[in-house]
Parts: sequence; C-alpha cells; structure tokens
Amino acid sequence: MYREPNTSLFKFWLSELKPKGKILTPFNIIAALTILAAAVILFFRFSKGLGTVVHPDQDRPWGLWINFNVITGVAFAGGAYVVTFMVYILGLEKYRSIVRATVLYALLAYIFYAGALLLDLGRPWKVINPIIGNSFGISAVLFLVAWHFILYMGSLLIEFLPTATEWATLKRSRRFFGAMTLAVVIFGIALSTLHQSGVGALFLMSEPKIHPLWYSEFIPILFFISSIFAGLSLVIILETIGQGVFKEHMSSSHRKAHGKVMMSLARVCSISMFVYLFMVMLVFIHGKDYASFGGGWGAWYLVEILGFVLLPCLLFLFGYKQANLTLIRVAAAMSIVGIILNRLNISTISFNWFDHSLHWPTWMEMVVSVAVIFVQLLVFRWIVRRMPVYRESPGWVSNLGKQKRSLETTNKWRNKKWKASA
Amino acid sequence: MGNNRRNFLKTLGVVGGSLTFGKSLAAPSGKTENTKEFYGILYDSTRCVGCQSCELACAEAYGFPPPEDYPEAGVLRKTNTSQRVVVNAFETDLGEQYMRSACNHCSSPACASACLTKAMLKTEEGPVIWREDKCMGCRSCMIACPFNVPKFEYDSPNPKIQKCRMCYEKLREGEMPECVSACPAEAMLFGKRRELIEIARERIYTDPDTYHHEIYGEHEAGGTGVLYITAVPPEELGLRTDVWNVSYPEHNKTFLYSVPAVLVLWPAFMLGLRNASDEVKNNLKKS
Repeated sequence: MYREPNTSLFKFWLSELKPKGKILTPFNIIAALTILAAAVILFFRFSKGLGTVVHPDQDRPWGLWINFNVITGVAFAGGAYVVTFMVYILGLEKYRSIVRATVLYALLAYIFYAGALLLDLGRPWKVINPIIGNSFGISAVLFLVAWHFILYMGSLLIEFLPTATEWATLKRSRRFFGAMTLAVVIFGIALSTLHQSGVGALFLMSEPKIHPLWYSEFIPILFFISSIFAGLSLVIILETIGQGVFKEHMSSSHRKAHGKVMMSLARVCSISMFVYLFMVMLVFIHGKDYASFGGGWGAWYLVEILGFVLLPCLLFLFGYKQANLTLIRVAAAMSIVGIILNRLNISTISFNWFDHSLHWPTWMEMVVSVAVIFVQLLVFRWIVRRMPVYRESPGWVSNLGKQKRSLETTNKWRNKKWKASA
Repeated sequence: MGNNRRNFLKTLGVVGGSLTFGKSLAAPSGKTENTKEFYGILYDSTRCVGCQSCELACAEAYGFPPPEDYPEAGVLRKTNTSQRVVVNAFETDLGEQYMRSACNHCSSPACASACLTKAMLKTEEGPVIWREDKCMGCRSCMIACPFNVPKFEYDSPNPKIQKCRMCYEKLREGEMPECVSACPAEAMLFGKRRELIEIARERIYTDPDTYHHEIYGEHEAGGTGVLYITAVPPEELGLRTDVWNVSYPEHNKTFLYSVPAVLVLWPAFMLGLRNASDEVKNNLKKS
C-alpha cells in the first residue's frame, strides 16, 4: 500500500507497477483491444498522413480529436477549478472529500487531451515553436490557450503531488507541496477562467461560417459558464461510478458523505445552468433574429437548449428538492450530452452550415478518440488503487498539519507585531 | 467662448505633451516609419473570358498538374492543395459570367492573427504567405479564414498548407504574379492597392452601365488585397457578402484585452475572498 520508510523508492515503484485486481475483465479486454487498434491506426496516421485515417475535410478542418477530445474534454475537466474554488477559496469543507479525485481526473484529462492535440497536429515536431524560439504568435487566441494548458497542467500536477508523496511516504516533499497548494489553486483558477473561455474564443473569427444561432461574440463567456456545470456533472458521474468500482479503495467517511455532496453539487449545477440559460436568452434577444430558425437549424438548436440544458437544469432542481440521487445522476448524464452537443454544434455541425453537407468522422477517428479516454481511465484506476485519492491519508499527514501554522495563528502573530510597532 | 478656447488649448497641450512623451518612450530609436504600400490585384469580371490561362500559369510555376476540369455554370470548383486559383462560371441575367477564386490577401488577415507560430504572415509588400519552418499544422488558419482559402495536405506525412502567395518571390524581384501576366484578356491588374481602387472607381464612373457600382474587397474583411469589379452584384458570382466589413482580428480584441486584467485582478480578488471566508469561519467558531 504505502511505502515503508526503509524500502527504497525504486523497489517500491517496481513492486507497485504490478497490476492489482483481476486482469481479464470485460472492461480491460475492450480497453486493450481499442488501444491496440488505435496504435495500428496511429501508425498509419504518422507514416501516410492524417487523411488516411481521418475525414479529410478542407472546410471543417478540425475533426473528432480536436472538437471532441480537446474542446469538449476540456470543458469536462472544468470540475477541478470549480471544486478547488469552493474548497480552498470559499472554505466549503463539505466538498473536500471529492477534491483529490476531481483534480486527478482533470490532470489526466489535460495530459491525454493535450496528447490528442499532438495526434491531430499536421506537423507535431514543430509544436515546440510557440513554446520556445522566435515564433510567438501573441495575437493568436490559440497561443494563449496553448500556454494556459501547459501552465495549468503544472498547477494541477502540484495540486496532486501531495497525494503522490503520501503514497510514497515522502514527508518533507509532502509538506513542501502541501504548502504550495493555495498558491497554485489560485493561479490555476485564473488560468482556467481564461482558457475555458479561450477555447470558445478560438471560434470568434469564424463569424459567418458558424450558424448565427450558435455564433455570438459572447461565445467565450458562454463557454466559461457552461464549463462550470459541465465539470460538475462529470464529477457527479465520476463519483457515482467510483462508489461502485472503487468501493474497497474508499474511506467510509467518503462513502457516507457521497449523497450529501451530490445534492450540493446538483444545486450548484442547477444555478449555473440557470445563469447560462439567462445568458443564452440575453444573447438571443440582443443579437439574433427568428429568421435563422429556418431549415431545421432552429429545431436542432431548441433540442440542445431546451432538451439538454433547461430539462437537466430542472431535473437537478427537483432532484435536490426531493433528495433523489437517481434524478440527479440522470440530470448529470443529460447535461454531459448537452455539452457535447453544444461544442460539436459550434465546431463541426453548424460550421460552414451553408454547405448543406454533414461532416462525419471516420470509424478510425472514433476508435482513437475512445482509446484516448480508455488510456485516461486506466491510468486513473491505476492511481486510485494505489494512492490515497478516495482513501484516508496516512496517519503521519495529520501530524504534519499540526506543525503548520494555521491562518488563525498567523493573524494573531501579525496583530501582535502590529500592536508592538504602534 | 474664451474660457472654452483656453480649456481646449490647455487640453491640447496636455494631450500633445503626453503624446510626444509617450511616443518617445514607446518607439525604439532609429526605427523609421514603414512607408511601403500593400500591393494587390484588381480583377475585372467583365473582361474575364474564362480561358483558365491563370490556372495553367499558376500550376506550371508551382509544379502542380494542369487543371483537368473547366468552368461550367452550376458547378462550383474550389481551390485545393494542388490548385491555388480557380475560375468559375455563373449563369446570370447578363449571360455567363466568370469569377476568379484564390486567396484575397486581406489587409489584416484572420489567418495570420489566428496563427500561434506566425507561420501565416502578412508581408509588408502585401501578400499573405505561409512559412514551412514555423507551421505546426494546427489548421487554425482554416478555422479563421472567412473565405476558406488555406488548404491542408491531408495525404502527406509532412503536410503543408497550400494557398496563393501572390508569387511573393517574383514580387520582391519587381515582377508581376504569374496569373496576372498570363491573362490574355487583361482581366487582372497588378499594382498598389490604393491605385487599383482608383482605377476601379474610374472604370465604374466612366462606364456606369456596364459595372455594378461596388468594389468588392474595398471594405470586406477590413479590406482585401484582391479587388473585384463585376457586372452583376457580387453575390451572384459566388462572392461572400456576409463577411464582416471590419478586419477580422477585431473579433478577438475584447477577449485578448481582458486577459491581463483577469490574470491580475481575479487572483487578488480570490485571495481576499479566501481571507474573508476564513474570518467568517473563525467568527462562527468563537460565537
């Protein structure tokens, strides 16, 4: 489980590499086959060109790997900044039990979805250009998003390192990274605010190309607000699955708190969805006309807004009022579908809408997309089975906390100093 | 009145002073102001006969296969990775009319401002060019371009972005682009953009019955390097009239300008919020 202080780090690492749990489960087999297929597909992608595996569309240049894995996936990773904001900034301790799993999920999401970005780049060996060298395209939104991805990945890693150091019984490092948490949380939330909206801002220049029902100059704000309930809905689903799958790795206090936390999250989701709907309505009243409802687009738009935002918003509310967990889970699943619809509508479905042709990804694109998610889930499981993500931290951690000066004592000390100088 | 004028002069003095001061701080010494003008192409659809000489010259100059199809009303040919300029035919009230399609070389191009490595570049001569050593193949330029001009080589493991570069290398040697010099009907004119607009106006004024009274590209997307004059309204010849009349990078301005403010104010606000919530908790504990 945890490293004994007298075994070497390397030996411990080697012993932990061994798989835990049953190997031949249906999930493992499907995951392994998908990943294997993806590896073959990617071999052809890199040796023969992107067009051999993806739909080579000149008018909709971004396929599934960017529009689904990166642009949609980043919204779902938004849970980390919302939960850390509630726990570390607002001091809402009831959410503390889900911080670690949420941060871990987001960290892996960013790592693997940034990886998906590399798969889609036509010339990935030049990816270093915007990072070093003299090729800073600072007027590009993507430049900002790329840098924020990198910096946020670092922040999430530092937010997660206390968990990893507890696993490896590295007491001094644990204290060091634990002390950095607040700073990186604040930095990370600021970065998230900007790149969640920045992902939307990527489409600001596609003005006549995106259907007027989806295009507005407020896309960045809409993307930011929707990332709040996208992230939290995913946390609800993740926790629900975790309750079943990782039962033996979960502390009893975590399991007991589950229902209560889900209720509170449902309320936050409902409120943020209401704000989102209000913004959507404002944008609509100010800048759109009913003429753009023609040609089936209006119906499709209403399916997204009424069916997958308004309806789950109400379900969250009822679920919270009636303390009905099932209702909340259904609402979370629906709002996840809604986010996928919204991001794909903007980036693919209504992109170049006057073409009257639909963009379909190839099956090979889909296999790789799913494989990326499988790899993320496998790594997530590997870590959860070993490190104190859902589990109680080892006993020595609470002793560390005692040595740390709490904010209260800092304030006392500060007041004393102030009085002395006065 | 006198008071007003004094105030006005005072304001002028303050503003002027700060302007000169600001300028001397901002501008690095020794940098001369750029007096170069953008070059462009004026395309006159009333003269075009649809002979594809421009397509052929372009293909020959850049080593692409010669075009195999020809302009046909009702068929919309598009530029692609091996064809940088196409001519299309359109059936109009005035009979069959032709329209050329290639990069418009916008004065402030969306593609260049979407590029995070400055691979897409608006040169000071006017052409918008793609640079192989910078590009990482993210295809943001294709997302941003309002005219869907950049094309990506999907079939290559070392893909390039293909688009018209207004024969940038020839232009630097003082020569005309291939398509312009190949045109037997003189449907295209190459020159400074400002002068081309004057010529276009003159043609419309001296022959008001032939021309539709509009220069497409004068304001579209904030002004383009390729300008079009036509006999029929431009939308009848497949030119997009729903593009913004302001430069496309303007779309991003509000967002990008808010970034530094958010990055500075938001963390400060959060620190304050955290201290406040701590205080509230401590007070609750005490009471």
